[in-house]
Amino acid sequence: MIDARGQSCPIPVVMVQQEVNKNHPGELQVQVDAMVCVENISRYAASQGYAVSVKESGGEYTLTLKK
Amino acid sequence: MEHEVKLTKLAKCAGCGAKVGAGVLAQLLGDMKVLRDPNLLVGFDKSDDAAVYKVSDELALVQTLDFFPPIHDDPYTFGQIAATNALSDVYAMGGEPKLALNIMAVPKDMPPDAVHELLHGGYDKAYEAGAIIVGGHSILDNEPKYGLSVTGFVHPDKVLTNSGAQPGDVLLLTKPLGIGILTTAAKVDMASKESLALAVRLMTTLNKSARDAMVKYRVHACTDVTGFSLMGHGLEMAQGSGAELHLNVDAIDLIGEAVDLARLGVLPEGMYRNRSFAEPYVDPGDVELARQDVLYDPQTAGGLLIAVDPADADALFTELQGVVPSAQRIGTVETYRGGKRVFLL
Repeated sequence: MIDARGQSCPIPVVMVQQEVNKNHPGELQVQVDAMVCVENISRYAASQGYAVSVKESGGEYTLTLKK
Repeated sequence: MEHEVKLTKLAKCAGCGAKVGAGVLAQLLGDMKVLRDPNLLVGFDKSDDAAVYKVSDELALVQTLDFFPPIHDDPYTFGQIAATNALSDVYAMGGEPKLALNIMAVPKDMPPDAVHELLHGGYDKAYEAGAIIVGGHSILDNEPKYGLSVTGFVHPDKVLTNSGAQPGDVLLLTKPLGIGILTTAAKVDMASKESLALAVRLMTTLNKSARDAMVKYRVHACTDVTGFSLMGHGLEMAQGSGAELHLNVDAIDLIGEAVDLARLGVLPEGMYRNRSFAEPYVDPGDVELARQDVLYDPQTAGGLLIAVDPADADALFTELQGVVPSAQRIGTVETYRGGKRVFLL
């Protein structure tokens, strides 16, 4: 689980890129607190062949990336 | 020039990306009572770049204001960019900037020499434009901000608005797109030195040469491409002119690295704001998402989007080549058929 809450964009998507490039996870969860981060991570994930699902709770979002 | 102040670290949004979205702005201004004046040739109801007020049959005043948080860490460069961006609104109306006032917010602890450099950048660009900075107003704030209120002149019969485009007009653009994505990537050191240098060069290039060239031809409409992106400003031109725009995306100069970064999801928040504002009116055809993103990318001190009479298009295009950063012939204005306003081909 990557906790990128409180980080302003584009830092969260870069954190996800670093994790993907380093460990090539089959599944990855990311927490963010801004819609722009959800959008950016979703775009990146799609470009790397991940399916993305998003859950929202109280202004915070949990993204699940799966290959 | 080296400074220890990392200006962009003090800012949440970079440059024109900090702009309130076009849709939100329209709502905020929606029920405002506006005093009518027959001499007000262009007011805010037209969503144009600047206000234009006719003083006499020979002279109209062009008035505009633009400011934003740091988009570059070097104060001198930031000052130049903010001034270039603010002056651009006068050029977009076909005018010549004459007087300017500084508008500035500085944190208490910002070193005086950094503030001086920032202002120096603004003064240098105003000087290059032939305008005089005659004063201004500064306040204390946690986040630095800088810009200019600019007054310019134009002949009342030669005002170029964003709403005069006619079916058959050729659309020209004078700078490449992708500046917002590159400056966003620079915040996390993901932009190459070369691309960042290109972005700075573009953001500090006045639209003066483009303006000086276009006023010699039958230009029907003009706007500068800034925070609302090519798509947002293009949509406003289409709506204001009662027409539709057909854009040939292959002819648009999209900075290659910006397209790559868009594919990696490194995109400014303003891109999404511009998308939600303009997308309902856009037929994207089969243009790749990342390339569309660059078309929605908020530009700081972007180029001019010019709708020129087809009979003059070749001549103006030829004249622009060599005097603007990137002369592009990007599409045409067509008769509105009642559906979408902007078509990507």
